[in-house]
Amino acid sequence: MRFLFIVLFFLLVGCEQQQQSVMPAEGDAAKAVHGDTFIEASIGEPNNLLPVLASDSASSDINRLVYNGLIRYDKNLQLEGELAESWEISEDNLSFTFHLRKDVTWHDGTPFTSADVLFTYQMYIDPEVPTSYAEDFLQVAKAEAIDPYTFRVTYEKPYSPALASWGTSIHPKHLLEGKEITKSPLSRSPIGTGPYKFAKWDAGEKVELLANPDYFEGQPYIHRVVYRVIPDTSTQFLELQSGGLDLMGLTPIQYETQTDTPAFKRNFNKYRYLSFSYTYLGFNLKKPLFQDKRIRQAISHAINKQELIDGVLLGLGHIATGPYKPDTWVYNADVKRYAYNPDHSRSLLAEAGWVDNDGDGVLDKDGEKFAFTIITNQGNDLRSKTAEIIQRRLKEVGIVIEIRVVEWATFLKEFIFTGNFDATILGWSGGPEPDQYNIWHSSKVAPRELNFVKYSNKEVDELLEAGRRTFDQEERKKIYDRFQEILAEEQPYTFLYVGEALPAVAKRFRGIEPSPAGITHNFIKWYVPKSEQKYNR
Amino acid sequence: MLVYLSKRLLMMIPLLIGITLISFVVIHLAPGEPTDMQTDLNPKSSVDMRDRLRERYNLDKPLYIQYGLWMKQIVTLDFGESFAQDHRPVLEKIGERMPITILINVLSIVVILAAAVPIGILSAVRRNSMFDRGTTVFVFLGFAMPSFWLALLMMDYFGVRLGIFPVAGLKSIGYDYMSPGRQYLDIAHHLVMPVFVSAFGGLAGFSRYMRSNMLEVIRQDYILTARAKGLSERVVIYKHALRNALLPVITILGLSIPGLIGGSVIFETIFAIPGMGKLFYDGVMMRDYPLIMGILVIGAVLTLIGNLLADISYAMADPRIRKG
Repeated sequence: MRFLFIVLFFLLVGCEQQQQSVMPAEGDAAKAVHGDTFIEASIGEPNNLLPVLASDSASSDINRLVYNGLIRYDKNLQLEGELAESWEISEDNLSFTFHLRKDVTWHDGTPFTSADVLFTYQMYIDPEVPTSYAEDFLQVAKAEAIDPYTFRVTYEKPYSPALASWGTSIHPKHLLEGKEITKSPLSRSPIGTGPYKFAKWDAGEKVELLANPDYFEGQPYIHRVVYRVIPDTSTQFLELQSGGLDLMGLTPIQYETQTDTPAFKRNFNKYRYLSFSYTYLGFNLKKPLFQDKRIRQAISHAINKQELIDGVLLGLGHIATGPYKPDTWVYNADVKRYAYNPDHSRSLLAEAGWVDNDGDGVLDKDGEKFAFTIITNQGNDLRSKTAEIIQRRLKEVGIVIEIRVVEWATFLKEFIFTGNFDATILGWSGGPEPDQYNIWHSSKVAPRELNFVKYSNKEVDELLEAGRRTFDQEERKKIYDRFQEILAEEQPYTFLYVGEALPAVAKRFRGIEPSPAGITHNFIKWYVPKSEQKYNR
Repeated sequence: MLVYLSKRLLMMIPLLIGITLISFVVIHLAPGEPTDMQTDLNPKSSVDMRDRLRERYNLDKPLYIQYGLWMKQIVTLDFGESFAQDHRPVLEKIGERMPITILINVLSIVVILAAAVPIGILSAVRRNSMFDRGTTVFVFLGFAMPSFWLALLMMDYFGVRLGIFPVAGLKSIGYDYMSPGRQYLDIAHHLVMPVFVSAFGGLAGFSRYMRSNMLEVIRQDYILTARAKGLSERVVIYKHALRNALLPVITILGLSIPGLIGGSVIFETIFAIPGMGKLFYDGVMMRDYPLIMGILVIGAVLTLIGNLLADISYAMADPRIRKG
């Protein structure tokens, strides 16, 4: 089944590539040459180039090129070694032993050793360090540097998501130890082990990186990478067209219509692949209205998801059936689906006691009308449009919806975390790690915790706990398959759609390999043929 | 004069404290806290962690204690560290953004004056002519047109289609490798569209003001006298009338000094210019209290000083105020 979906996915990608004009053979390493500059934009200025302190996407984009983790996800979203050559998991699943590469140096020439890894771990759990990423590391019972190139970490209980957490950027001990982390100059001029070295930061304007000639996987072909700060996406799009940017994630309307010009097709290749995020309609399960499963199912049947994708994403999306992305190993395609079927929806509602007794077109029960409010955050056009389409569809089955759009901080503080809402349209972004404990476990319902719909199911709790204890992928797959079945049956959310990432890349860049992990996984192998290089310095 | 000056300076202190107190309370009233942006809906973050961060920033203390702590810092001119994840000193962040904001504001005022004064004079002299009506329509067009829309249209036409001006930003990618002369030209090249857009919107106010001043002056008796003396129309208008009509404009210019450090968020966002407006806006969005307070304090001080300067120059120019 998983294979089928990957095939399906590649068909999608395949269609797309035919639209593009003739492209030279991808990844032809013989022609690969060094040189040229790659320019990307971010909406905000990076906050901090010490990964331990940064949580914004601009910083993490840059940090990804400057630092390495022990392990990483490969293009097929399987874990592989990065700074670690290999690793072992002990019989009892309690400890991981990482064997580190011996040919790695920091950008200042100091050799990288297991002491750096140990230091990084200690820094993340240091209460003096204001990081938002300590959680995974707080589960560690013991961490030890056995010898300069062996690092072992032991947990109190088996905790499989922890493995992926060792993809965290490793920080240089010799530059940070004994210093106040928040005052470190490295937050403005980082030193890592990664393929690119930090070169320059013009505040509010741009950050420049240069290829690291001593990188342990070989010097990257593209000589220089520039991140420009361009806060407005319309400006970014104009910059892209004028050649001031080499890569940009497009919106569906830009992808479908605004880039459909000969000039654009001459200069850019467009790609599309599913993104690790989905949009949902979540029900506040503490409200009596939504406690009956049939009502939630009825609402799911009353919403036409394909219509949402066509209307809001211009067809550039996938129907969501659960919390996982359809082209990953953990995705279960055999769950209950909710096709658009207003008649079935009405009969489910009638079963639950909601019928239109007074003939005004609105369902009622015990003299009360079926009406609720959908709340979503301001600034996300896709979500408010989704709400409007849902409003119209639910009206057809006799449910009255009011829509409220609220500024983000107020939205969370006054509504979501206080449980003061009926239903909400929101999205989750995830990653390849399937653990969903924080979102669905019945213990995660305190204010500010993520199970704010207050979902509670004993079997789901057990499955989530088992999923965290299990390391074998096939075993985990069984656990998460069942988890997805239950969610699909119970519909605590109406899962709406999975969006697509729609990057456009300047045509002079070669060696791009679209895969489930996206396109930038092999960035250090991208190159520009000598004759097409645009910037000579 | 000295007594007057010291009295005015002393009066600024309670005023300033009042301003900071009100600002401090108001920004803390807005829902959300700086730590929220890092921890809310972040699956990798826990409630403990949030408490840890709150404690670090003293957000767990009552508001009056937080204000006291902040005040204690500020009297030693220490504006503190930003709550943003870069943890940089507030003054450094403001210092970085100030020059470009002032440069653009000064340039745009120069352009506005250079265009508005002649437009105002000519419309007054040739009142109700085609020129008067044409420029009226033109300047009000500028006044009414949303600046972001004009900016996008210009970027699309001059930047993408014709390719003669850079779309956004301040410097080219190769800026660091240019000679100093080329660097100036490069920045100037990048500033053409932003300065034009920001000046276009301000044209209407100034030119209409100039026009009505001029109309008033032309009706005065001394202009009649000048004409009666048989002076040429040129001399009458440019020597006698213009000088008098310009006086109130100079006053307005003096009052716009505090505005020089204020930037416009929309404008800076569209042109990707790292100015004060965007800094302040981002600060508010992230609830970066030290940064917001820093900008407000500097703004308040400049406004108070600007007012003082305006009053002093009035006093110098007009004996009636000095004596009264």
